[in-house]
Amino acid sequence: MLFLQQVSNGIMLGSVYVTVAVAFTLTIGVLNFLNFTIPTLFMLAGMLAWALSTWGVPTWGVPFVHIGPMPWQAALLFAVAATVVASLLVERFTFRFLKTRYGDATEHAIPLVSSLGFLLIIENLVRIGYGTDTQRFPGPQADMSVNIGGIFLRVPQLVSLVIVLGIVAGLNWILRHSRIGRGLRAIAENPDAANILGVQANKLVPVVFMLTGLLCGLAGVLFAINYGEVSPQMGDDIGSKAIAGMVLGGLGSIWGAVIGGLIIGLTEMLTIHFFGADTVQVAVWGLLLLTLFLRPQGLFGHHSIGKGKL
Amino acid sequence: MSGYWSGILTILSINIIMAYAIFLPVATGQLNLGGAGFQAVGAYGAAFLSSKYGLSVWETIPFAMALTALVSFLIAFPLLRTKGVYLVLATFAFAEVVGGAILNSTMLGGPMGLSVPAFVEYQVPVLGALLVTIFIFYLMATRFGLVMRAAHDDDVVTDLMGVNVRGIRVAAFTIGGALAGLAGALYAHSFSFVEIQGFNASLSIYVLLYVLLGGTQTAWGPLAGALFFTMLPEALRVALPALKGWMGLAMGFQGARTAPDESWRFVILGILTVLMMMFRSEGLITRVMVEKLRFRHHAVRLARVDAPA
Repeated sequence: MLFLQQVSNGIMLGSVYVTVAVAFTLTIGVLNFLNFTIPTLFMLAGMLAWALSTWGVPTWGVPFVHIGPMPWQAALLFAVAATVVASLLVERFTFRFLKTRYGDATEHAIPLVSSLGFLLIIENLVRIGYGTDTQRFPGPQADMSVNIGGIFLRVPQLVSLVIVLGIVAGLNWILRHSRIGRGLRAIAENPDAANILGVQANKLVPVVFMLTGLLCGLAGVLFAINYGEVSPQMGDDIGSKAIAGMVLGGLGSIWGAVIGGLIIGLTEMLTIHFFGADTVQVAVWGLLLLTLFLRPQGLFGHHSIGKGKL
Repeated sequence: MSGYWSGILTILSINIIMAYAIFLPVATGQLNLGGAGFQAVGAYGAAFLSSKYGLSVWETIPFAMALTALVSFLIAFPLLRTKGVYLVLATFAFAEVVGGAILNSTMLGGPMGLSVPAFVEYQVPVLGALLVTIFIFYLMATRFGLVMRAAHDDDVVTDLMGVNVRGIRVAAFTIGGALAGLAGALYAHSFSFVEIQGFNASLSIYVLLYVLLGGTQTAWGPLAGALFFTMLPEALRVALPALKGWMGLAMGFQGARTAPDESWRFVILGILTVLMMMFRSEGLITRVMVEKLRFRHHAVRLARVDAPA
């Protein structure tokens, strides 16, 4: 029974990884861009939700005018919106300026490197603004739970699992059936041909970043509600696990990221159950390294992803 | 010399060696985001020999270099099967596995760290950095350096010209590993203590960023990057109070937060990285710039013709 409880905990934890992993896989699949700002956007959403609901956040440039403190429901909405804006800002300064002049081996990494720059900027600005301590998020009661056959399921976690799966299904539908989705898939397949056929990459690329911001924002606030605490470091661990989940599922595959994220969550919980908390890092990263060496395309990925140049 | 300046010189020397360790793979077209992992192998190798067997510095440092070179050589083969984003992820994952393995090893002290009895004065890291710098400048001037450049610029054509691109990349990766081991060993002996928390993902990111900021076309770039990254906190010591006051006013941050001053350094590093990638993605010091500074107009003209517009 304890084992089943750990399995359910693993799935709940995995649902957070899934959301972040889908954000990663979306930018890699469409733009061939490993966006390292994703963990910070996740952290930003959580920290902003906390700051808005406890202190209020000052409006930039106008001293003495503060937004908030506000009820936690409103704080969540504002935090997600702010994360989407931050993500668009990242797009303006990283991806817009990608110029392939020589086509050499490290040139595709330019947006990756500037996203590492943004990672440092956002994370450290949050540290400067709100300190490095872990803060308690004054949300709804996280320990509200139902008992199904001896397994305790926390209600907020159950709700967020449903929300996450709903969002992923919706995203999948958008990519498959809408005009925007067709455009995005065309860019992913062949940017030049898409351009010739009238797909406007300049207008579609920001959509990817908006979706990224939305997913990270949701993951951040759901994490804040479920675990009841936020800190400027909370993105580091989740981000790494989400990357592991994405690679395991296969770069560019959305359902792959879902399965991969859940597997990583389960692996983590079961490793803790059988071997103790200290071995989690080795288990998760060892799994990732093995995947990269033996089957780099992951469980559901495609060979071509991660090699092309946009 | 005061303790303050000898401390800075030690850190600068270690940063320079580490910069060259990352520079070598990047110069052949492989981004290594696992620098901290290789440095940790060297640091713990030296620390273990020194604390368990009481060996002197002159025995532990060569051992640490050899060990890290061996690890790099072995990991290079599966690692270099991957390309692009996958390679970045694989090096990153490698560093995390090393960190996790050391954290779980009771022999290596686990989360408690290891204290290192053998201590070196600042002259040793400085000498090490000097030798490494001379070595890299020499290496870049040889045929090997030329082939590294070629593998970076276009691996297919280089392969067609009869160069063993894979061999070159493995060699660059292995030499880079040995240098990371040297940096780690010098770190262990200079600070008399190693703990795995010091070799985290952030360290890998900083090293890669300052190497790319400096520029990877010539051996001058990493030198400039490491120098800049080490001296920035010293410059900030003067400028920080004004900067804090201005930020506090502009953003209305409540006071009395306990953000480390280090945060400012990383914000500045991040901003410079973003700006550099926008306007001068090849880094601060480029090949053309070096040739111009040497008044080699002919070479400059040639370089211009080489580069497609």
